[in-house]
Amino acid sequence: MRADGYGDPAAVRGLVRQIRRAAERLPRAVTFMEVCGTHTHAISAAGLRRLLPEQVRLISGPGCPVCVTPVGYVDTAEALARRPGTLVCTFGDLMRVPSSSGSLEQVQAERGSVRVVYSPRDAVALARLSPDLTVVFLGVGFETTVPTVAAALAEAEASGVKNFLVLSGHKVMPPPLRALAADPQVRLDGLLCPGHVSVIIGARAYSFLPEEFGLGCAVVGFTPTDVLRGVLELVEQVVAGRPAVANLYGRVVSAEGNRTAWAVVERFFEPADAVWRGLGPIPGSGLELRPRWEGRDARALGVSVGPPVEPRGCRCGDVLKGVIDPPACPLFATACDPSQPVGACMVSSEGTCAAWYRHERLAAGAGRA
Amino acid sequence: MCLAVPMRLIERRDEFSGLVEAEGVQREVSLMLHPEAQVGDWLLIHAGYAIGGIDEEEARIALELLRQVADAEVPQ
Amino acid sequence: MRKPGRILLGHGGGGRLTQELIAQLFLPAFDNPALAPLTDSALLPELPPGRPAFTTDAFVVDPPVFPGGDLGYLAVCGTVNDLAVAGARPLWLSLALILEEGLEMELLQRFVEGARRAAGEAGVAIVAGDTKVVPRGKGDLAYAVTAGVGVVPLGRELGDALIQPGDAVLISGSLGEHGAAIMAARHGLAGPALSSDVAPVSGLVEALLGSGAAVRTMHDPTRGGVATTCNEVARRCGLRMVLEEEALPVTGGVGSVCRVLGLDPLYVACEGRVLAWVAGEDADRALAALRGHPLGAGAARIGRVEEGGGGMAPVVLHTRYGTRRPLDLLAGVELPRIC
Repeated sequence: MRADGYGDPAAVRGLVRQIRRAAERLPRAVTFMEVCGTHTHAISAAGLRRLLPEQVRLISGPGCPVCVTPVGYVDTAEALARRPGTLVCTFGDLMRVPSSSGSLEQVQAERGSVRVVYSPRDAVALARLSPDLTVVFLGVGFETTVPTVAAALAEAEASGVKNFLVLSGHKVMPPPLRALAADPQVRLDGLLCPGHVSVIIGARAYSFLPEEFGLGCAVVGFTPTDVLRGVLELVEQVVAGRPAVANLYGRVVSAEGNRTAWAVVERFFEPADAVWRGLGPIPGSGLELRPRWEGRDARALGVSVGPPVEPRGCRCGDVLKGVIDPPACPLFATACDPSQPVGACMVSSEGTCAAWYRHERLAAGAGRA
Repeated sequence: MCLAVPMRLIERRDEFSGLVEAEGVQREVSLMLHPEAQVGDWLLIHAGYAIGGIDEEEARIALELLRQVADAEVPQ
Repeated sequence: MRKPGRILLGHGGGGRLTQELIAQLFLPAFDNPALAPLTDSALLPELPPGRPAFTTDAFVVDPPVFPGGDLGYLAVCGTVNDLAVAGARPLWLSLALILEEGLEMELLQRFVEGARRAAGEAGVAIVAGDTKVVPRGKGDLAYAVTAGVGVVPLGRELGDALIQPGDAVLISGSLGEHGAAIMAARHGLAGPALSSDVAPVSGLVEALLGSGAAVRTMHDPTRGGVATTCNEVARRCGLRMVLEEEALPVTGGVGSVCRVLGLDPLYVACEGRVLAWVAGEDADRALAALRGHPLGAGAARIGRVEEGGGGMAPVVLHTRYGTRRPLDLLAGVELPRIC
């Protein structure tokens, strides 16, 4: 399988060399954080961490929408799937997330009322085909995905499909970034910003990080060279003592983002406080359907769920903030592993703990930089 | 959260729909979030929607930069 | 009386409708001396010399007709291939169908024609069969259950236990074509080159075994793809499989489908491929033999075998960047993702 220019091994080698050279001038070891599950995945897939010099540490923050979806949301989704005459449609990512008592996958086995779709449009189409069903789409994801759900709502409105509803678990990125930057426990030297969220919100959305917190940012794409260019940039910013927002994904990211897309979001959604699994509540970090759309808000269906059962002893919050590495959690690899995930960080295959667990098994292996 | 792929718009279907293609694989997608798309444009496709366009000049510059980095490397 | 355009419960009842179905659809399609008498059991000729091999499989596929094949073709190929990769020459198959009331007769005809075509290509006879019908809503259009008998010629020894460090891992063609075609069909992706690789591989296997290369074992990487099959083999023989990312043959179309849906081609099913473990020094000879066969044109060496253990994963990918990552077993089926 040949790579294209963005994945060219020679370019990767060259960038690694440049990073090593630049890192020699670092005043101290540095920690950079990425906050996007797709970045976590891309970095793992190419084994990029192993190529970086020792003084540059790359960690994963709360960027995986699956990982940060609270247990209560999944419990509600399951309750909806058990409600008579209801079809729950979801992205594949949510199917195996553990809830208080099971998972959507298990409810599908029990009731046949959960359908995986690739696009929210597919759920609208299902609603159109079955007007007697209440179709609820599980709206999870950050700013990359919210516009697609809003557009699906717009399409349903325009074509008179009344039985398409959304259960919003959407979250937005700047508030948790602000919380991380302001948290004295968290020691970060730079941030790799999620490239596709940035397509929507624009590179300027991160200006507050260098301006208010002295934290440098690099907006990057998802190929190995994109990620490494970002690491190089952050190293150089630390060496020069000049934190800034560097847009290294100019081929798709602009300073102001996609205003058209955000206008569709604002038509249907408004900011709300939201709970992040592992991190707790963060004000203004979520999106809810506006009151005038109550008819499309699945919360108005009134399914009730018991109090969510949160795992005891789980230290996902500290892992997500980069304060500890996964092995420091008492549940890691004992009660909690990819086949029986307890907390947020193990739930998705690209959560920090899951990725760490899999790579532990190469501890004795080749491939270290 | 950010799984999006570049695909080229080969046909507009109606006001908000189009057919995109990459490596011979085609899908109908919504253009509601990027209505200015023209046939021939490369678009960034996420969950069945075009969420933005790809600036070909910027892409060319990025690839050229990478090629220079690659050329400076001794082949392994 | 006009012929029904759909399967009725009566078609599974054993009475006139069943007899008509057999006489007008199944018998002409699968025409062979063992089937023709329509006895309760097919009486077969003597087995050729060698070890008998026996396998069974069940097939359910959505959509039941897909680019490159259908349920019937898939069912026959699947069983033929299980026999072939065990080193057996496939001989006789059974085909049992569980049909949903209301299944369109045209679709059933399609499955039967697919099965006939696959049997013809593989040189096997479908000598026994059965049909049951379940009420509408109780079946997913059609399920196929097959069993197959073959013979491993005398002197042919194959098995995972024969694999040694230093052996080469070969695949007969590009990865993930069947699974990609199915997932594409389910999620609105289309393309002229997107087609299942489903095919009977018995001829390809004979070409490989006739090359003189020391073949240790073979498998067909069906559900879960190459990575899953390698995991099974590695766990059985206690050795490590190291696959080379740059060497994996993946077509542009399959790559594109996987990128759009967030799938990894290493975990996507093939239905017309052979994964073979051969002695390292015989890899070139084995590849030449595979490439000389029409189904093996895209054959490639994709990895090697190392000593196992040492706290490392049993299957590892050597990336194009010189790093290694484990290729674990999937938790369940691969689903399209947004993250």
